[in-house]
Order: sequence, then structure tokens, then C-alpha cells
Amino acid sequence: MKTKYLIAIDDFCANHNIDISFINSLEQTGLIEITTIEQSGFIAADQLLELEKYVRFYYELDINLEGIETVTHLLQNINNLQLEISTLTNRLHLYESEWNV
Amino acid sequence: MNFVDYYKILGLNKSASPKDVKNAYRKLARKFHPDLNPNNADAKANFQQINEANEVLSDPEKRKKYDQYGKDWQHAEEFEKQKQQQSQSSGSRQGGGFSGGQSGGDFSDFFESMFGGAGAGRSRQAKYRGEDYSTEIQLELIDAYKTHKQTLTVNGKNIRITIPAGVENGQTIKIAGHGGVGTNGGPNGDLYISFSVANHSRIKRLGNNLFSTVELDLYTAILGGEITIETLDGKVKLNVKPETQNGTKVNLKGKGFPVYKNEGQFGDLQVTYTIKMPTNLTAKQKELFEELRNN
Repeated sequence: MKTKYLIAIDDFCANHNIDISFINSLEQTGLIEITTIEQSGFIAADQLLELEKYVRFYYELDINLEGIETVTHLLQNINNLQLEISTLTNRLHLYESEWNV
Repeated sequence: MNFVDYYKILGLNKSASPKDVKNAYRKLARKFHPDLNPNNADAKANFQQINEANEVLSDPEKRKKYDQYGKDWQHAEEFEKQKQQQSQSSGSRQGGGFSGGQSGGDFSDFFESMFGGAGAGRSRQAKYRGEDYSTEIQLELIDAYKTHKQTLTVNGKNIRITIPAGVENGQTIKIAGHGGVGTNGGPNGDLYISFSVANHSRIKRLGNNLFSTVELDLYTAILGGEITIETLDGKVKLNVKPETQNGTKVNLKGKGFPVYKNEGQFGDLQVTYTIKMPTNLTAKQKELFEELRNN
């Protein structure tokens, strides 16, 4: 079974000097998942980079929650398109070499 | 080293209020922030410029110095020394630039000459994440076939990484915390490694599947037989059915490329037969072919 590393939300908020209500709002919009153990909230370590990005969006770029949702969705689309381009480029190379283009 | 017009960078004039600076900065940061422009070097460079402009114009002390000396910034240091001898003064500022998704700590030579080291005079609250580094590793197809370790030298430091089997051409992986060192206790940047996997001369790859073309001599194609072919996993024996046609494809399940981060799983290898016609026939051979034709 894979070990899941968790980070206490209280620690994260103290470290980043942010309000816990922001984390709760992110959870309500479905952008992050909170694990509750003995009434304390935790986030999985693999969500940390995304969460830090949302913090920057909100506190530094003044992007509200709806904006963060939209931006995240668009960034995901960009990422998918880049992957698709990469796959298609590789596929193109296959046919280029076959037909000596 | 050229004079840098911070007002121009933020699209402001000299009478801009602190609120104007803040608004202009936020507007441009939303446009060029590295988090919003992944893998975009131009946006990153723009972001560094506006970060630097904000660093100066949002700080009353720095802005005063910048406004005072402007294009004569080269004389600012000696003038300041004289001024300090006359009276000791100190100043601090609140707030700072954005930490950025990537580098917030790179400043132009102009900035460093005028204001000292990068980030000089920042408040303690302004933590800057270290710069993200990116590099490319070139692999042969056979290298990408097996999980292996490789040592990279990034900024004078050796980093030993494990490259999982099945890595794709063009794929980028992130090694967290191996980028530039953060400033003021900010986190380190990340290291992005993109892979360029070269084509193999005989075996082509598409995702997890491999494709190869094997020449069959006419007699084996007609009568059938056993042949040995090269795969990335070594040699494999194949039974060729009698009367095999030119262009026949044979699928070898599990003989393709390993599936990335799924140990023990492999794609397929598709072998296409091309039949090679005999040349330089002897008189006897021609006679036998004639006999076949007439029958």
C-alpha cells in the first residue's frame, strides 16, 4: 500500500500567513481535497504545489475563487493540448521516417 | 549597462501614485506570471522586468533615489556615500514583490548597481521562491527502454536522477526543490527536465507500441519457416506461415515499449514483412521459375 503524506492545514496557514477560510473555500469549490483526522484538517503532500499556486493567485494576483477555478481549468486545457501536440509530433515523426519525408 | 525605465515597463508616468503602481503591477503580473504561462520563457523574462520595476517603484526610498538620479544613476552610489557621512539615516519598507511561481530573485545589472544586491532593502516578509531551472536530456530509444540512473550537473551541483523506463520523447518531468535557492527563506525552485528520445534506425515507436520492418526472402515467404528478429529486448524467433504476402503484419504482444511507471507492463511490437525478390539468378534458377510459371 502506498504511503500518503499529509500536511496539517493549520501549519500550512501559519507558514504562509493565510486564513484557514481560504483553504476551506478551495475545498468547497473542489480544487483541493481535505482529509480530516481527529477533527484536524490535512492536505495530501501531492496537492501542495497546486495549493501554493492557488495561494499566489489569490493573495498576490488578486484573483478571486471563481477566477482561480477558471484559470485552473484553462491551464489544464493548455496542458492537455501540449501533451496532444507532443503525441502528434511523435506520431508524425513515425510517418515522416516511413515515407522518407 | 543600460538605463532601465521602470515607469515605462509598468506603463506609468512619473506622477503615478503608489496605488497606480500597485494596480499597474498587478495587471501586468496577471498577464505574465509564470504560474499562468507555463514553459513560456518570454513571459518569464517580462515578469522579471515588471517585478524589478515594482520592487523599485513601490518602495518610497528606492523610488526617490531612482527619480532623483534617473539616467545619472551611475553617480548615485558616490553621492549617497557623501550623504551618509553627513547624516546616518535608515528606512524600511512594507510589502514586497510577488514571490512568483518562478524566479523573483533575478534583477538586472542596472538594479544591482543602483540598489546593491538583488533584493536589498526588502522587508523580511518578502520571501522569493528560487528560480526554476530547465534542461534537456537526450536519450537513445534503447536508453528509454530501461529504468536507469543518470547524473546531471546543474549549476555546479551533481544531481543523480532515476529515469523511469518508457519516458516519452518531449516529456518533461519535475524534480522539486532542485532549482535556484530561494531568497529570504523562500522555497527553492524546481528543476524541469525534458527528454529528447532519438529514433531508432530499425524500430519506430508510437506511445508504448513499437513497429519494425523485417525482410523475408522469397522462399521463406512462399514455403514458410523460422526466422530470428532483433527486438529491444533481444532476439526473438518467429514462425513464418507458408504463402506469406508482402506487407503482412504480425503483432507480438508484450514485446513493445515499457509503459511509463507501470513496471512489468509493455506495449506490442508490430512486425511488417517485406519480401525481398532474388536477384542475379543463375540459369538453373531461371529455368526452375519458368517451369513454375508454365505449371
